[in-house]
Amino acid sequence: MIDFGFSISKSSHIQMDDVDLKTFKKLEALNPDINTCMSCGLCTATCSAGNFTDVSFRKIILMLQRGKDKEALQKVKRCMMCGKCMMICSRGINTRNILLSITRLYNEEEK
Amino acid sequence: MTPSYDNTYTMKERNVLIIGGGPAGMEAAHQLKQLGFNPIIVERNDKLGGHLAQWDRLFPTSETAEGLLERLKENIKDVEVRLNSRITNIEKNAETFHVTLSNNKNFDVDAVVICTGFDLFNAEKKQEYGYGIYDRVITNAELEEYFKTHNDKRIDEPQRIGFVHCVGSRDIKVNNTYCSKVCCATALKQACEIKDEFPDADVYCFYMDLRMFGKGYEDLYLKAQKDFDIKCVRGRVCEVSENIEGKLVIKAEDTLLGTPMKMTLDLLVLMCGMEKSKGADEIQKMLNIESNKDGFIENLGAFVGMNKTKEKGVFVAGACTSPKTLPDTIAEARSTAMEVYHYLCNN
Repeated sequence: MIDFGFSISKSSHIQMDDVDLKTFKKLEALNPDINTCMSCGLCTATCSAGNFTDVSFRKIILMLQRGKDKEALQKVKRCMMCGKCMMICSRGINTRNILLSITRLYNEEEK
Repeated sequence: MTPSYDNTYTMKERNVLIIGGGPAGMEAAHQLKQLGFNPIIVERNDKLGGHLAQWDRLFPTSETAEGLLERLKENIKDVEVRLNSRITNIEKNAETFHVTLSNNKNFDVDAVVICTGFDLFNAEKKQEYGYGIYDRVITNAELEEYFKTHNDKRIDEPQRIGFVHCVGSRDIKVNNTYCSKVCCATALKQACEIKDEFPDADVYCFYMDLRMFGKGYEDLYLKAQKDFDIKCVRGRVCEVSENIEGKLVIKAEDTLLGTPMKMTLDLLVLMCGMEKSKGADEIQKMLNIESNKDGFIENLGAFVGMNKTKEKGVFVAGACTSPKTLPDTIAEARSTAMEVYHYLCNN
């Protein structure tokens, strides 16, 4: 191809039509409270690891819902399982259980 | 058209007990009096007005609370009001209720309207916000009191002020999962007022959703941004601490940026939400009326049954059934008066 000195950027849209939510559906079935998050940010604000890394429970869930599984799993690795997010969550979401489910389900998927 | 009821001649002899002398009770009494009945307001405090009497100015128009209170009072100057009175017993006999007051006075009424209103959420329950621990953490009610009296040593030329929305509302950890409806607009109103008082201060509102649903509320939001430079941060404050200089340090996530943030403040105002008035518990027991899942008084449905309870002759108005704004409360008190009218004319 002739190089004209410019190129077309890849779309930055999340293509929801192409997102595979099969694993997320399994996660939902195990933890129905996962969809009650209202993104208030308490989990992220109080997170012991969030001060130094980019872990954020709220964002992990959002990323999985939008098919950004890889980025989400990168964040999950930073979690120290201290449980502060579970203590503070104003919707009472069982965050630790969800994180453990994510590790199990999405790792099975990789195998 | 001929009137449906021909027994209006008996109305003067029909007593209606109004429990609570706040805006709902006063307005219901006013309407019932106009319809020809004899309403009797029983109020446990030494004055009428409820929370309205503690407030300085009202959103969204900033008119004075005193002005509205005076109008409501003027309307009921011919109504029998019993202040400093508690109801010790209500006994239902066939079609009437026998009421006994704390001073042992007793009388019969034909209908009861519960207007017991709300209590503000006790901010000490959210210990992570440090109310009652740190001096410069105050409540919305205390700030309103300051606007009235300008006498509060804790408010001393603050340079940076924060407002926390949804304190005791939308929070399963305090068992209040409902929205208190008035705090968003109150926060922005108070933010503008304190900015007016201290023009050099930076004012931040920490919100989750700004629920500016009523007439003129969205204009208030715009005014707060445009004319008062109020900064709204979308994130719930997770904790408050004090630094060595005695200033407050708060933590929240700026959820729109997706980053945790810390901020030092001179004053933090907690927007305490509504809970059912504790005084209603004993009344409910006497009248056999249950609470709903939010802890407020259970009425008969969200639409046409909102003024009634499952007990015949017992009606409700105002914030005793759910958090309400003042216009909602006054409108509901008026519609409750109509329900009482229909009930008494059919009996």
